[in-house]
Amino acid sequence: MIWESWDAFWAMGGYGFYVWGSYAVVFLCIVAEIALARAGQRESRQTVRDLLEQEAAHDATP
Amino acid sequence: MEHFRIRWFQWAAPQSFYPLAGRLLPWFAAAAAVLALVALYLGFFVAPTDFQQGEGYRIIFVHVPASWMSMVIYLAMAFWAFLGFTFNTRISGMMTQALAPTGAMFTFLSLWTGALWGKPMWGTWWVWDARLTSELILFFLYMGYIALTSAIDDPRRADRAGGLLALVGAINVPIIYFSVKWWNTLHQGASVSVTKGSSMAQTMLWAMLLMALAFWAYSIAMALYRVRGIMLQRERHTRWVQELVA
Repeated sequence: MIWESWDAFWAMGGYGFYVWGSYAVVFLCIVAEIALARAGQRESRQTVRDLLEQEAAHDATP
Repeated sequence: MEHFRIRWFQWAAPQSFYPLAGRLLPWFAAAAAVLALVALYLGFFVAPTDFQQGEGYRIIFVHVPASWMSMVIYLAMAFWAFLGFTFNTRISGMMTQALAPTGAMFTFLSLWTGALWGKPMWGTWWVWDARLTSELILFFLYMGYIALTSAIDDPRRADRAGGLLALVGAINVPIIYFSVKWWNTLHQGASVSVTKGSSMAQTMLWAMLLMALAFWAYSIAMALYRVRGIMLQRERHTRWVQELVA
């Protein structure tokens, strides 16, 4: 362990704000990107399902 | 027309790429997670304090990999756009579009972590030097690509317009890379070079390279994930998509 304590670890020699401010935003961006991509995937599947329903309804009408 | 359609199907078939992407995806995602954890461990618990910058230098382990990815992804988009223009494959436009958001994200992260590194070391969040300005232009190029392709309804026309922007904009990537050599910049020169090797301590270098690999794996995983959604959307009138979703 290169750190004397956890306090020293979080303080990052006085650069804590800059170091953790960088890593926190990297982490948040990745989480947000995954969430957005998931929503996009669900939307794509829904588009296809809506289309199938439309076609089924269209076929059913005499 | 019929002949054209058949050849098109043979060149790059989404219905065969879709399941392949699905099989590859978990491996790239797992690789990204494992590599990132090892890189973080090395970067925060093994790599020594820098003799000039103290602990503040540890931003390097995300700043440099994010900046590399911002350029690599743009070149990958230009590559797919080029394939799209020469071979007229359906998959190229989809891949170009699937890559753009991840590239934009890494460009933003490069600028963000750069600002947070610049403030304590240079005393300023931002300067209009060649490196920073050309990276900001790269961010605008990504945003322009995303705005342009989402504003055009017809996917093939969107691919053409976006592909042109991807190709023309790629000229900015070598400008970013060599900006620290060509101009007198506040931004430092390359710490890692193909010809001269590295000027960094071994553990620092390893932490940075492993994080770069993690970002590579992450980008590939995200592109594969996103391209599957784009394929479903664009091919929604085909039987393979309807059978898959039904």
